[in-house]
Amino acid sequence: MTNQILIAGFGGQGILFAGKFLAYEGLLEDKEVSWLPSYGPEMRGGTANCSVILSDTKVGSPIVSEPDILIAMNLPSLDKYENDTVAGGKIFVDSSLISKKVARTDVDAYYIPATAMASDNNLTGLANMIMLGYLIKKTGIIPFENIDRALAKVVPARKQDLLGLNKTALELGYNYEG
Amino acid sequence: MSDKVLMKGNEALAEAAIMAGCRHYFGYPITPQTEVAAYMSKRMPKINGVFLQAESEIAAINMVIGVASTGKRVMTSSSSPGISLKSEGISYLAGCDLPALIVNVQRGGPGLGGIQPSQADYFHATRGAGHGDFHLLVLAPASVQEMVNLTFKAFDLAEKYRMPAMILSDGTMGQMMEPVSLDAGEIHEYDKSWALTGTKCERKPNIINSLCLQPEELERLNVERYERYKIVERDEVMYEEYMMDDADVCIVAFGVAARVSQNAIDKARAAGIKVGMIRPITLWPFPKKVLLDTADRVKAFISVELSMGQLIEDIELATRCKKPVLLCSRVGGMIPSTDNVLDKIKEADKIGGAN
Repeated sequence: MTNQILIAGFGGQGILFAGKFLAYEGLLEDKEVSWLPSYGPEMRGGTANCSVILSDTKVGSPIVSEPDILIAMNLPSLDKYENDTVAGGKIFVDSSLISKKVARTDVDAYYIPATAMASDNNLTGLANMIMLGYLIKKTGIIPFENIDRALAKVVPARKQDLLGLNKTALELGYNYEG
Repeated sequence: MSDKVLMKGNEALAEAAIMAGCRHYFGYPITPQTEVAAYMSKRMPKINGVFLQAESEIAAINMVIGVASTGKRVMTSSSSPGISLKSEGISYLAGCDLPALIVNVQRGGPGLGGIQPSQADYFHATRGAGHGDFHLLVLAPASVQEMVNLTFKAFDLAEKYRMPAMILSDGTMGQMMEPVSLDAGEIHEYDKSWALTGTKCERKPNIINSLCLQPEELERLNVERYERYKIVERDEVMYEEYMMDDADVCIVAFGVAARVSQNAIDKARAAGIKVGMIRPITLWPFPKKVLLDTADRVKAFISVELSMGQLIEDIELATRCKKPVLLCSRVGGMIPSTDNVLDKIKEADKIGGAN
């Protein structure tokens, strides 16, 4: 089993962090994983994206060009990657930032107003984790029980006060009934 | 659960260098290599090491020459344009027979080029890293784990043969994160009686110099150096084979190009095409013998590279053009897709007449 995950949005939305969290979850599940960010000027306010692969076998190319899971956190990302998603894949859309619907009929589309949920719950900046919580619920690619372990790995020591907020955001997404 | 940690290639390489005993780092920031310098700036002061951001790449490589002269493990890192600036110093390291590590996290060129991954410094690393007759040991990692393992290896080989070593990486390897195990491995002790450590009035002074105005003497030094290179070529070639047992088509690729090729091979195999890969891990010494032997049993080779046809020349030389060598390449920061490689595999498979 291999999951090719592409997370895409604006720089500053925590795209790379979300990817890192997923990669650590995979590692803690003894999967083969890779995490590849876009880097350079495009990150500084432009689009950012991140390829994450979780696999039971050795990862070949770390570049996700045909995702089976796409997380789109802005309209340009959905426009750019919707057609690259494999048939039968899953597309997660932050519906508070993207009003458009997924046009493809051969993929499963999931909508969650993550950015609005984040600001309504004093979790500004954590729409990324709300998206991930929802993704874990809908895909089951990693067990939700283990989120604490991966969070402890990806939240730096000097920011441990943010651990609880990240967890709240993940739970909010996980429990979202859309 | 494993004891592996998730690290960026650049950071893993830097930590590996420290574990290998490197306590001197001189560099200058440049994308996509900057994490090496950033990591060193955090770590070195804590372990009584030296991190120094030089005023330029040229200054940094000359600082490397200084420390290397004392027999201590030392390194610098940069990306393509910065490596060009270091070229003079690399030639001096070779001329002085000094071990040192130079890391090139390649980006698109020529000139300032771009900042996305590339392998277009292949010629520079394997042929023209500076003026004069010399070689660098050139190691090409294809995973974050190899960024670690080959850093140990590079320091070791550099000291063993008293010559500079280069890690030829690229933006993908530098920026990606993979699980990595940071086992230091054994550090071998080599004779360093040549090093400038202070005579304490107990021995004759050592002299480290690349200037030699006597043609006979300079010729002798060159010939002796090439005798050493012969031993390196005989003993230190590293490569990895993937699905080569029954292969009719052989891909040759290193670094990220090898990773993409692996996916393409898996797809081609699923479609019944017998294709495999020989992945050079040392680019110098190049795995000539295995390629020449392979030329007798495959019908074609494919060079998958992020350059306009550089690696392909070594494949043609090694195989003495016995079989066609096709080129599959993207440049400028682009990376061949799995399907690009797959199409080339299908094209190669149509070439008739396997032996």
